[in-house]
This record gives sequence, C-alpha cells and structure tokens, in this order.
Amino acid sequence: DIISTVEFNYSGDLLATGDKGGRVVIFQREQENKSRPHSRGEYNVYSTFQSHEPEFDYLKSLEIEEKINKIRWLPQQNAAHFLLSTNDKTIKLWKISERDKRAEGYNLKDEDGRLRDPFRITALRVPILKPMDLMVEASPRRIFANAHTYHINSISVNSDHETYLSADDLRINLWHLEITDRSFNIVDIKPANMEELTEVITAAEFHPHQCNVFVYSSSKGTIRLCDMRSSALCDRHSKFFEEPEDPSSRSFFSEIISSISDVKFSHSGRYMMTRDYLSVKVWDLNMESRPVETHQVHEYLRSKLCSLYENDCIFDKFECCWNGSDSAIMTGSYNNFFRMFDRDTRRDVTLEASRESSKPRASLKPRKVCTGGKRRKDEISVDSLDFNKKILHTAWHPVDNVIAVAATNNLYIFQDKIN
Amino acid sequence: MFARGLKRKCVGHEEDVEGALAGLKTVSSYSLQRQSLLDMSLVKLQLCHMLVEPNLCRSVLIANTVRQIQEEMTQDGTWRAVAPQAAERAPLDRLVSTEILCRAAWGQEGAHPAPGLGDGHTQGPVSDLCPVTSAQAPRHPQSSAWEMDGPRENRGSFHKSLDQIFETLETKNPSCMEELFSDVDSPYYDLDTVLTGMMGGARSGPCEGLEGLAPATPAPSSSCKSDLGELDHVVEILVET
Repeated sequence: DIISTVEFNYSGDLLATGDKGGRVVIFQREQENKSRPHSRGEYNVYSTFQSHEPEFDYLKSLEIEEKINKIRWLPQQNAAHFLLSTNDKTIKLWKISERDKRAEGYNLKDEDGRLRDPFRITALRVPILKPMDLMVEASPRRIFANAHTYHINSISVNSDHETYLSADDLRINLWHLEITDRSFNIVDIKPANMEELTEVITAAEFHPHQCNVFVYSSSKGTIRLCDMRSSALCDRHSKFFEEPEDPSSRSFFSEIISSISDVKFSHSGRYMMTRDYLSVKVWDLNMESRPVETHQVHEYLRSKLCSLYENDCIFDKFECCWNGSDSAIMTGSYNNFFRMFDRDTRRDVTLEASRESSKPRASLKPRKVCTGGKRRKDEISVDSLDFNKKILHTAWHPVDNVIAVAATNNLYIFQDKIN
Repeated sequence: MFARGLKRKCVGHEEDVEGALAGLKTVSSYSLQRQSLLDMSLVKLQLCHMLVEPNLCRSVLIANTVRQIQEEMTQDGTWRAVAPQAAERAPLDRLVSTEILCRAAWGQEGAHPAPGLGDGHTQGPVSDLCPVTSAQAPRHPQSSAWEMDGPRENRGSFHKSLDQIFETLETKNPSCMEELFSDVDSPYYDLDTVLTGMMGGARSGPCEGLEGLAPATPAPSSSCKSDLGELDHVVEILVET
C-alpha cells in the first residue's frame, strides 16, 4: 500500500511507517553481530498492526479515510515503545511491547488454561518463567477522538513528554497523553463567516526544548510562533515569519507555490526549516524578516507550473527533515528523486530511490536533471520526469547517517558505506 | 473549454483591431490563457470526491487563484471572449444534464431562452437574460460551502451547477467570490461527462507562458464591452436540446 508517513524513534533503532490502508509497520535495526557482519544496520520488520479503520460519518454522509497522516514516537521510558498515529480525525496512542517469556506451572489452571479442580490440587508450586519465541504486541492504549472538525495534518509531542498538539486545517488542540475526553483549543483561525476563508494551517510542531513554544505554518507561506504562556488561546502570535515576495517572479501560481507543506525545528532548537513547493528554507528563530538559507529543490519546474496545476501536482505536500547534527537537510521530489543539502559545504546532491537504478549495497549515483539545451548522457530531461513517482516522505536517523525514503509503496533505507 | 467565438467581438471595434493587431495578439493570448486558467480552476472547484471530504487547503488555494484572476479581469474591464477557439469546443451531445441546468437556475426565475435559436442569433437571448441573471445574483446560502460541521443535504462541498458559477462571475461584484462557496440546494448530478468535454481543450492551451507572465497591465484597446461568452454557450446548450 502507499506509504503515507515515515518516522524514526528517538534512538533510531525503530522505524515506523504508516500507509494509506491504515496499517503501521515498524522496522527494527539489527544489532551488530560478528557472525553476520553484513546485516549490521539492516532494518527488519518488527511489528505490523492495523492502526485505523475506515469510518463513515453518518451526519455528513462522508467517509473518513483510514490513511495514516502522521506517526510520532514518544520518548522511551520503559521496556515498551509508544507512538501516536493519526488519520484525518482520530489520534491513537499505541503501546508496542515484547513478550519473550511465558509462565509455566500455575496452580489453579493447567497448561491449556483450563481451570483445575481445586480438590485435585495437592501441592503448591511456584510458576517458572520459560523463554518463548519473541512476540511483539501492539495494543491501543488511548484513543483521542472527536476533537477535529477538519482534517488533521500534524501531531507533535511536547518536550514535557506529557502533552502533545494536533493540528487540522483551522484549529490546533492541546492534549494530555493521559486524558482522552478533553483537549484544549489553542489556535483557531476559522473566520466567523466561512466565506471569508483564505488561509489554512498546513503544519505545526512543538519546539524541541521549550515546552511552551510551538510553530504553525500556513497556506500563504507564513509561519507563526506562539508562546502558550502568553494566553490560553494563541491566536496572536509571538513571532511572524514571512519572506517578502519577489515582485519579478509573481504569477497566478505564486501563492500556491508559497504554501508551506512542512515545518521542522532543528534538533538544536535554534532554527526551523520550511518546505514550499519549489524550495526548502531555513529560518533563524531570531529573525522573522527572511530565511537565512534557501535551497532550490527543483527550480526547473517553475516554467511548468501551469501543467502542474492542471494535473494537481502543484498541491503535493513534500516533507523535509534534518540530520542528527543539523548540518544537512533532505527532501523529496519527483521521478523518485530526493535531494540532500549540506549546509556547511553548501553542496547538494540529487539521488534516486528505485530498484532499477541501485543494487543493494551499491553506492547511489548522483542524478541530474537537464534543464535545457543539450542533454548529456546521464541526465534526464524535465519532460521525461515521472510525476507519479513522488517522494513526499523521508526521515533521517537521529544520530547516524541512515535515511528512510518512501517511494509510493516502497520503502528504501540508505546508509553511509560501511568499510 | 467553453467556446469563445469571434462573433463575440463588439461591433465597431474592427478598426482598432486591425490597427493594433500585433499588440493585441500578445495581450489576447494572455487573456485567453488567463481565461483558460480561470475555467480550469472553476472545474477543479467543482470536482469533489463524492465519498470523502475535499481537501480544504487545495480548495482554498484554488479559490484564491480564481479570486486573483477575477480581480485582475475586473481591473482590466475585460470579461470578453477572446480568440478563435471554436475548434476546441466540446460537442454538445457530450454536455449532459441540461435539463438539470435548466431546472436549477433558470426554471425558478421563469427565464427561458428564446425558441428556435441557432448559432447566429446569440445576441438576442444574451440581452434578454442579462436582467434575469443580475436579479438572481445574490443567492443566499444556507451554509457556507467550506462548512464541514453540521448536516448538509447534498454530498460534497462544491456541488454547484455550472451556470451558477458563471452567473456569479457575471455580476462582477467584488464579493461574488463568496457566493461561489455558498451552498445551494442544487441537485446532485454527474459532472464527469461535462468535464471531460471541458477539459479536452485545456491540455495545451493555458499552459504556455502563463506562468511567467506577471498580471497584465490593462489591455491597450480594452474598449470592448464586457461579454457574456460563457453565458451564451450555456444558453445554446439549453436551447438546442
């Protein structure tokens, strides 16, 4: 099924993917093993479960898709792992735990589980734990429902590890992980008269260290930073980030391509990154007037905007991610291409995630799109790009140079070459 | 795309046309592309996923684009039909549900097209219909089309008969964009055949050079009166069936 979200956990040992069918598949990194050196760093399936089912809203006669929009891991506090997964309307907290031991020798029931006749019990014994084949169980621990009228596009766990936010097109709610029947609305941009609606919320995230700060991006290319200490309803932002428009490149599509599809804080918390249709921008939280860096993802598409509008590709929502040290950023493009930008060296590379162009354990070859004139041998021309092969979701391991790239219904995991 | 025939040009304008033909060509090419973009956007707003709620972000962005085009066209004073494009016109038999189109908008107001109308007689019904459409124009919604909460009688937020869209445009009222989203009790009908015909002409037309063009300065000879190209076409459909 089509993968709709990819996320590493805090240690990077687990990688979760959500798909259009409401399923979550978790991969686990293999431990270093001297007898099998090749499998170091390989991710294998750890657990699979059905997170969301399709629902029907009888009041509006509309289906609620089971597609998983986002997965966010909670920091690990005990042996079990917890993650939040959400579709358009409902967020669920899942507990993933291992069971590798089984108790044998109960007094009141025999091995089949049938109750023993009390009169037949003549002696007491202490049950013994015996190893069994590893079983990974996923169970829903909380269901946070009925708080969103519009489609949820983001969830973000707070650094206090107790609360999280969920954002839909017009509102952002704050939840406590333990409480499912109540959430607090902290942002509401719904106009009194819906006919005046011109802007929606596209993404939201908590600051990685300051538990009172979060940001949300809009379809008009703006980012608002809010401080929850200032008031209960954060409709008034503390900071407003917007790059002034370049009047020379204005067209009817300017607003659409300025719409931000993803916003991510850097691990340091000093910067944030936004993805709009053609570029990735890095912002310094202390400077609202313009980004400190702008990286072009696929500028060659600028002359094709009308066609991309016609086939709806212009509305594709690409995500972006930082590497562990914030020195590099990555985002996807079309034709199964994805782009990585090194912020220090200012170099960028285009790579392809496809079976044909890469063999396992072979290095990826940089790709190049020919924008005009003579096409070189290895280049691909803009018109040959396959716009159905889009890489919307990518993730970077929090520590190592391991990346996960979702290409429609295939997941690719790449890592630095091991010597 | 709906046809915009040469016959739409205003009488007495011919001298200007000849004189500034070269300049006009570029401008009218831009206008044509802009019009195509507008039509495409309206079609996109119409299309809705019958079972699942439409994507609000996408709809808002398209609506804003329509608003932009509309504002620019209002500034230009140009609602005129441009350039020969009759060849691209969808065959009338592919346009379906004219009965419903009739019923939804014209029927209630008692407006009916003049009988026996062919291609050559379009000026008449146009002027007849003008007052009718302006009377209809402000249609009060029960609830906004954006509104997702609360029950609605018909599925999808953007069910609208096409003539209501165009009628809204004709009023050239700055607030008419809002009416675009008013939820009206229009009967559900299958847009597919209509849209197939409409989109057929849109493949290459709008997508050449429109992106790079900044909003145009007013056309040099925009003395043409505003034209009701689309309205005409709808009338023709109504009449011929």
